[in-house]
Amino acid sequence: MGGYWSGILAILAINVIFAYGIFLPVATGQLNLGGAGFQAVGAYAAAYMSYTYDWPVALTLILAMVVTGGIGFAVAFPILRLRGVYLVLGTFAFAEVVAGLILNSETLGGAIGLPVPAFVDYEVPVVLAALVTLFVFYLMATRFGLVMRAVHDDEVVSDLMGVSLRGVKVAAFAVGAGLCGLAGGLYAHTFTYVEIQAFNALVSINVLLFVLLGGTQTAFGPLIGAAFFTLLPEALRVLLPQLQASVASLFGAAGDMRAPDDSWRFVILGCVTVLMMVFRPEGLVTRTLVERFKPRRRSGLAAAEASA
Amino acid sequence: MLIAQQLVNSLMLGSVYVTVAVAFTLTIGILNFLNFTIPTLFMLAGMMGWAFAERGLPFGLSGPLPWPLALALAIVVAIVASLVVERFTFRYLKARYGDATEHAIPLVSSLGFLLIFENLVRIAYGTDAQRFPGPEADLSVEIGGLFVRLPQVVSLVVALAIVLALTILLRRSNIGRGLRAIAENPDAATILGVDVHRIVPVVFVLTGVLCGLAGALFAISYGEVSPTMGDDIGTKAIAGMVVGGLGSIWGAVLGGLIVALTETMTINYFGADTVQVAVWGLLLLVLLLRPQGLFGHNAIGKGKL
Repeated sequence: MGGYWSGILAILAINVIFAYGIFLPVATGQLNLGGAGFQAVGAYAAAYMSYTYDWPVALTLILAMVVTGGIGFAVAFPILRLRGVYLVLGTFAFAEVVAGLILNSETLGGAIGLPVPAFVDYEVPVVLAALVTLFVFYLMATRFGLVMRAVHDDEVVSDLMGVSLRGVKVAAFAVGAGLCGLAGGLYAHTFTYVEIQAFNALVSINVLLFVLLGGTQTAFGPLIGAAFFTLLPEALRVLLPQLQASVASLFGAAGDMRAPDDSWRFVILGCVTVLMMVFRPEGLVTRTLVERFKPRRRSGLAAAEASA
Repeated sequence: MLIAQQLVNSLMLGSVYVTVAVAFTLTIGILNFLNFTIPTLFMLAGMMGWAFAERGLPFGLSGPLPWPLALALAIVVAIVASLVVERFTFRYLKARYGDATEHAIPLVSSLGFLLIFENLVRIAYGTDAQRFPGPEADLSVEIGGLFVRLPQVVSLVVALAIVLALTILLRRSNIGRGLRAIAENPDAATILGVDVHRIVPVVFVLTGVLCGLAGALFAISYGEVSPTMGDDIGTKAIAGMVVGGLGSIWGAVLGGLIVALTETMTINYFGADTVQVAVWGLLLLVLLLRPQGLFGHNAIGKGKL
């Protein structure tokens, strides 16, 4: 396998783990627009231990997950008192505060960043992404998963049925934060360098879009969303130069002015987002869609669940 | 005297924040919609103003335009862009399927538009900051030992005037009554004869006007525009809105000024790198301790359109 494809596979695996980290709170109806903040915590935790104390990769990854999960748990209590728009703003503000603190921290390299001595090849993120995927599928199949879906669909009724709303939300948020941290740790070891500019608001927006466009009703959603939007730009790479030239000439811009390659990918992601929200706001993969592909003997149950 | 000068600087800096914060708070207050395209509309107005003034209309329709005309056209572009956002965030929204993340649909669409507009501008005009060919930005006078820059005074006056006009529009006119009815309860407003589909676009036109004006004022008073100019202003305006209280217009005015003051004071005492922590920390604190802000209503975030 060439370096190009192994690089893409590594990014894909990291994005899948990251998307699952955002999926868990979203699956309980909590929009988390602070993904980059949690990823940054994980990345810097792993980078710092690897750089300063030369910890082995396995330990730094576990540490990244535990530290980020702990921080997620700690901020979940105050932050999950917020709802709707306020929660979106609160998580967004959290990510900005994290970025600002890291930027001003001399131990963490400030604006320059930290080098990470230990490099991991694509196999590690891929295996971990598979494990995380299995874990989330398992989680969604347990009673806890059922409760999460119930809270997502109707908080009031879940509350009446004796579900501890706060417990479910905090647990989902904290576990999700831990997964974001793991994604961050893998990011640090894959790119062997962390700088805070890489964890900006756009990263939070993108990963939330992966999850919402993939669909939040089942665990298939983030997997499909992250895979689709990570691989799409690679597929487009061939088409982009021609498209770019034609649009630049449309606006009367000079021919020598080259936009960054990422721009078109974001325009397309934006268009897909807008169209999805108009035509299929539930996301690509919905519960009904999944049930349709399941063995026939469960169809009665599926119909009951879908209509509920 | 140093403190007084800092206060004056904050007031000048705050005028742009105030205008954008009012745009945010208006959409949240009336539609319960956190419109992430607002910073992008602001950027669009600035960048298009520069493009019209420096390069002329697209498709080679004209040569470079004089800057006041260019800015006026740029504001029109912002309004049109805002109406496009309206079409796809509210007009054609299909179903309410009634779960907890449903309120986020327009928000997510607006994130999509943010990506579209910002990257189209980058593709068309590059990522570099551009010098706006407006009047001299450094034009300044000294009043009683205080150093005041004239273009920024104009910005502040225009910003306050437009907020005043907006308040009068909301209080006195029929459209304003309709908007306030929708803010209160969209279903009841519909039953009582408010044509929601006619009146919602008004919010977006106002958003376009506010952001367009803010972008134009920014271009004049700072003399420089860039595709990323919206990011910073947008975050400060959101902070201002939250501090003032979601949905409160005069709260947003005061909040925008408080954020500007926090910013100048932080730069003065701790250096430029800590501004982000100070502003967002302030926002997070206000959200956690007093989510309704200084003047906000408790009802925001409950009613849905």
